[in-house]
Amino acid sequence: MATPNKETLLDWYHQMVLIRRFEERCAELYQQGLIGGFLHLYIGQEATGVGAIAALKEHDHVITAYRDHGIALARGLDPKRVMAEMLGKVDGVSGGKGGSMHLADRERRFWGGYGIVGGHLPLAAGIALASKYEDRGEVVLCLMGDGATNIGYFHESLNLSAVWELPVVWLIENNQYGMGTSVARASGVTELVKKARAYGDNGRGMKEGPRIDGMNVLEVYEQVSEAVEYARKHGPILVESLTYRLQGHSMGDPERYRTKEEVEQYVASGPIGRFRAYLIEKYKNIEPKLDEIDARALEEVDEAVEFAKNSPDPTFEDLVRHVYVD
Amino acid sequence: MPEITLIEALRQAMDEEMERDERVFITGEDVGRRGGVFRATQGLYDKYGPDRVIDSPLAELSIVAIGIGAAMVGMRPICEIQFADYIFPAFNQIVNEAALIYYRTGGDWNVPMVIRAPYGGGIGGGLYHSQSVEAFFAHRPGLKIVVPSNPYDAKGLLKSAVRDPNPVMVFEPKKGYRLIKGEVPPGEYTVPIGPAAVTREGTDVTVYAYGMMHYYVLQAAEMVAQRDGISCQVVDLRTLVPLDTKTVLESFKKTGKALIVYEDNRFLGYGAEIAALLSDEAFEYMDGPIRRLTGPDRPGVPFAHTMQDFYMPNPDTIADAIRDLAAY
Repeated sequence: MATPNKETLLDWYHQMVLIRRFEERCAELYQQGLIGGFLHLYIGQEATGVGAIAALKEHDHVITAYRDHGIALARGLDPKRVMAEMLGKVDGVSGGKGGSMHLADRERRFWGGYGIVGGHLPLAAGIALASKYEDRGEVVLCLMGDGATNIGYFHESLNLSAVWELPVVWLIENNQYGMGTSVARASGVTELVKKARAYGDNGRGMKEGPRIDGMNVLEVYEQVSEAVEYARKHGPILVESLTYRLQGHSMGDPERYRTKEEVEQYVASGPIGRFRAYLIEKYKNIEPKLDEIDARALEEVDEAVEFAKNSPDPTFEDLVRHVYVD
Repeated sequence: MPEITLIEALRQAMDEEMERDERVFITGEDVGRRGGVFRATQGLYDKYGPDRVIDSPLAELSIVAIGIGAAMVGMRPICEIQFADYIFPAFNQIVNEAALIYYRTGGDWNVPMVIRAPYGGGIGGGLYHSQSVEAFFAHRPGLKIVVPSNPYDAKGLLKSAVRDPNPVMVFEPKKGYRLIKGEVPPGEYTVPIGPAAVTREGTDVTVYAYGMMHYYVLQAAEMVAQRDGISCQVVDLRTLVPLDTKTVLESFKKTGKALIVYEDNRFLGYGAEIAALLSDEAFEYMDGPIRRLTGPDRPGVPFAHTMQDFYMPNPDTIADAIRDLAAY
């Protein structure tokens, strides 16, 4: 694991701020009716996505669930094309077919957000099998929410990856609620990383990885980097990142399942503010630089929205295309 | 030309495709050391090793999903579901991922994979080892579906399926695995996915079928020709999706009468689509009701042989249906 230098740290800061501003704007566009359907914001969880993806090499793979905007941007997808996808335009990453929950980019080996909870887990195992089959040395980072650890896919996929020693980092983003149901109300164990124990023992099979502070981008980076290298050398590992979404499950969530006080407590310890404070303490006179990054992120979001608004709507021809490869 | 069984033809196809392309691998329950529950993969484990003929845990959704994931990044998996009846845990993966990936990515990437599953009754398998499941999957665009009825097509279609850039489901008539024999030429050939085959030319009644039912339809057509002088045009659909509408329509126009035979449940079964196509695009040629001879609308194929026999169309019941229609 490379120790991140100042430039890298500032890049992470930029990514986190960009994701935040991008999603805040998405919320506005949703209220204005420019983004339709469902919108699941990553706000509050940015440190997990940014730190975990920073731990990967370019040839590694990423796959996640439907709360995917932050993951897509952290993986380097063009904010313009992501925003165009949010608005359902032809210049979107999938030409408007996928929308918010199904971002993807083959070039960046980002195999998508998936709308069926848990459904992408065995696909991650398949991608990892190909890596192992051809001795490619590529690791798959598979992110999932806490809710996904209760569905059958999770158990089959973890078991399979253990038996076949597949290079996968299974990363649970435990934001403490599966929609409105808390972890304790949905899972037999609340320390979700312990579920690894069912699929490995005595150094064989699934490795039980750490339970990490998902609001701290440095910790996420360090721990996931170790996990990635473990997976590359030995096989699958389960990691749990403790995080929190500061917004509702999706837009229009009345949030009756949690208190205002609870949310405020997490707002105060939010990942971006914490990281900013860390940078200010670590580097003298960095605040102007951070302000500059803040401003740049805002500009990028403005540009992305402009681009998306100007992109044409898909046509009937687009609707009927892409069913079969000729 | 050597005569081989349908299952031997399938085995040859997999062997040749693995030989041809190192990206091809097989996974499924007991496909490796044991050689598959029906021995479709026998000998391949010894020849290609455990890395290419991979015994999976008993976990159908993973068997399919592993294939999808691997295909997304360039592999050519062949996933075996032991019995079509077991495919439902993988239903989501097939209809929501395999069928949808190319579409949802706006053509950015695709899923070149094969899902093989033995289907159908007639071997006393009972409720969970006899089902026909093609209609569930034919309903979802994005999947191709083939059902071979003889060794030549079985080999040629499976080879095409492995090379196809789309997900292809191959439903294999398990009763015919060893019962149906036929000539298969040595050496390389493929049967394209898409075209149906006219397997008997006739002028009175057109009969459509696939898989095991096609085997019986040919027998029935011979019976009514001999005893009743009825001339049947028989179409082996071979590929259910995409459907060869041209051959289906042309064969109907010759006779004006259509009988569609399938052993799946009648209601919303595959034959209903053929009937709809004919009424829509060949209405002026109709010279009688479009008939279906099918399994009854019951949720499973029962175990007892008497009930199983009632369940499945057979050459005698097919011949009766042909006579009825011819007399109309």
